[in-house]
Amino acid sequence: MSDQLDLAPATDLLTSQEYFVNMGPQHPSTHGVLRLVLTIDGEIIRKVEPHIGYIHRSIEKMCEKDTYRQIVHLTDRMDYLSCHINNEAVCLAVEQALQIEVPERVKVIRTIVDELTRLASHQLWWGVMGMDLGAITSFLYGFRDREMINDIFEETCGARLTMNYNVPGGLMFDIHPNFQKRTKDFVEHFKTKLPEYDQLLSDNPIFRARTEGIGYMSKEDAIAYGVTGPSGRASGFACDVRKRHPYGMYSQVEFKEILMTDGDCFARYKARILEMWESLRIIEQLIDNIPEGEFQAPTKQVIKLPKGEFYQRVETARGDFGVYIISDGNKSPYRLKFRSPGFSNLFVLDLVARGSKLADLVAIMSTFDYVMPDIDR
Amino acid sequence: MYDFTALVQSIGNFLHGQFSPGVATALEWTLVILVYLALYAILGLVLVYVERRVCAFFQLRLGPNRVGWAGTAQTVADALKLLLKEPVTVNKADKLLFNLAPFIITLAALTVISLVPFAKGLQAFDINIGLLFIVAVSSIGVVGILLAGWSSNNKYALIGAMRSGAQIVSYELSVGLSLLTMVLLTGTLQLSTIIETQANGWWIFKGHVPAVIAFFLYITASIAEINRGPFDLPEAESELTAGFHTEYSGLKFAFFFLAEFVNMFTVAAIATTVFLGGWMPFHIGDWAGFNAVMDFVPPILWFLLKVSAVIFLMMWFKWTFPRLRIDQLLKLEWKYLMPLNLMNLVFTAILVYLGWHG
Repeated sequence: MSDQLDLAPATDLLTSQEYFVNMGPQHPSTHGVLRLVLTIDGEIIRKVEPHIGYIHRSIEKMCEKDTYRQIVHLTDRMDYLSCHINNEAVCLAVEQALQIEVPERVKVIRTIVDELTRLASHQLWWGVMGMDLGAITSFLYGFRDREMINDIFEETCGARLTMNYNVPGGLMFDIHPNFQKRTKDFVEHFKTKLPEYDQLLSDNPIFRARTEGIGYMSKEDAIAYGVTGPSGRASGFACDVRKRHPYGMYSQVEFKEILMTDGDCFARYKARILEMWESLRIIEQLIDNIPEGEFQAPTKQVIKLPKGEFYQRVETARGDFGVYIISDGNKSPYRLKFRSPGFSNLFVLDLVARGSKLADLVAIMSTFDYVMPDIDR
Repeated sequence: MYDFTALVQSIGNFLHGQFSPGVATALEWTLVILVYLALYAILGLVLVYVERRVCAFFQLRLGPNRVGWAGTAQTVADALKLLLKEPVTVNKADKLLFNLAPFIITLAALTVISLVPFAKGLQAFDINIGLLFIVAVSSIGVVGILLAGWSSNNKYALIGAMRSGAQIVSYELSVGLSLLTMVLLTGTLQLSTIIETQANGWWIFKGHVPAVIAFFLYITASIAEINRGPFDLPEAESELTAGFHTEYSGLKFAFFFLAEFVNMFTVAAIATTVFLGGWMPFHIGDWAGFNAVMDFVPPILWFLLKVSAVIFLMMWFKWTFPRLRIDQLLKLEWKYLMPLNLMNLVFTAILVYLGWHG
């Protein structure tokens, strides 16, 4: 790692000159409209300055004049790959404030769909990760399996990406009669395909060379910068909200919190792959045990939160997502703040990428799994 | 059977009988140029189609399958579209070099392909330093890439061009050395003679271990030399958008694109010629009947079959492997391929000195 962080200017024999490169906002591997101003010495990165805001839609401000039922729909448009989990955060916050006890059935279904969402997000990430490193085939393999999850969602609630399946107090609809069978089919299918992911990328020597020892982030840095999710856990930061502050059914199912100590790109990659196995385990435990009951707790037509402050954390596919609501007793919040995992994960990029090559930056960005609308909001 | 020498000779005789020597030579040249230009374009179109289909099947897709029979006219449609596009020149680009670069690349690709022996007698130039000429001319292409990157007034293009320079200059060595190994075995640089030496067995079979090693080294190094994946760093689209040809559009982009595919054909053709017996049919020892049947297949088909096999191998690599990093790429060449090549060369020299080669 020492050569990675060697920042001494190259002044011997040939004089070299640092120069700027604008990476983005239109660039194939910034995954949206992120602009990075890179200071480069040849191929070596000296400084990374992320410039954000290209897809800022002032969602937090919009929330201040929307009702709580409407706010749920806005959260879809932040981290669109974890949309269901974002929805749930707002719903949980509202339920916590109103002290609504949601039916057991809702909790189980929410948890299953959460994990399916996480799987879909990780599948997309895996495909894109391969593509960023030049193995374009993995992209379509990832999409093949993600398609099955999207089909399940479509049958359940009519939408494939921005689902809006959660409402304060429960779910918008009950599950489709096929839901359990199709989910089980998917789990069986994906259990045979996940080893294929390892064959195609994880065990490939070129892939290993491109990720092992690249982009090291220590546990201290992860904590200092608030890097959560699989990226943080790959550095050994035990930050899984599902374990620390369980919601839904997470306190009653068995799953491992994936912790790694390497903190490099490959650890972050491996953490997500292993997390997919854990998600499958959670789904398997729950899918046959969906209790009968209502799919919604009775709520008032117009939801008014009591005066006070409410905070709810959930674990999205990218990390610790928080909703902070200050209510003055009206039907819309006085102030609402989202703690998006991507934002913290982005600003550690400079620290991690300094001293590595231009091609490594792409690998590093890939393993942090940025979703720009989540960062800009 | 199937000897094209007489046909080519008779065309030459006919032209020389009808016209004065100067005019006849000029006509011959024109004929050759026209044939090769057509071949160049057709090869490009066919290979682009094949690549898209092959990669589609690797990726659980269908690929182009609507325009024409099974999508065969798709590349023609795309070529027409590229012809009609506006040629954009970047502000403050070096106009002369910017426009010159695609031609240099095309020139290099076109010159090399003219030495490829398609069948007995079906070869434009059969010069006695064939292999040397190929190695020399194919490296002119890097000048085009460097010019394209330099003149584009774009940092991504410049980085791509600089990478390309380092890469091609390094891998040139391995290509040259692995071919040199084969020159030791064959004892000649002339492509037609190299094929003649394989009448009793292809070099990959009768050349013992050195030929097999040289074959794999040649394939690896030449994939790197023609900038194909997993060594496509000069145009690594996830890092450099499109590398050295970022700023090119329309026909000029098409030139780069075509040259890449024709280079792939050339590399496969040279591998076929040197290692896989060129247009020689596949024979097994003294199975007279089997050999007779094999002889019945026209040599040009044999040649194209072998070339397709090598091209398929290269496409397989490209659509499976991730891309290397520039320092890993150079390390691979200078620390592994080069020493291996040199050892292989010395080993072969000893074999040849002892007279143990085929």
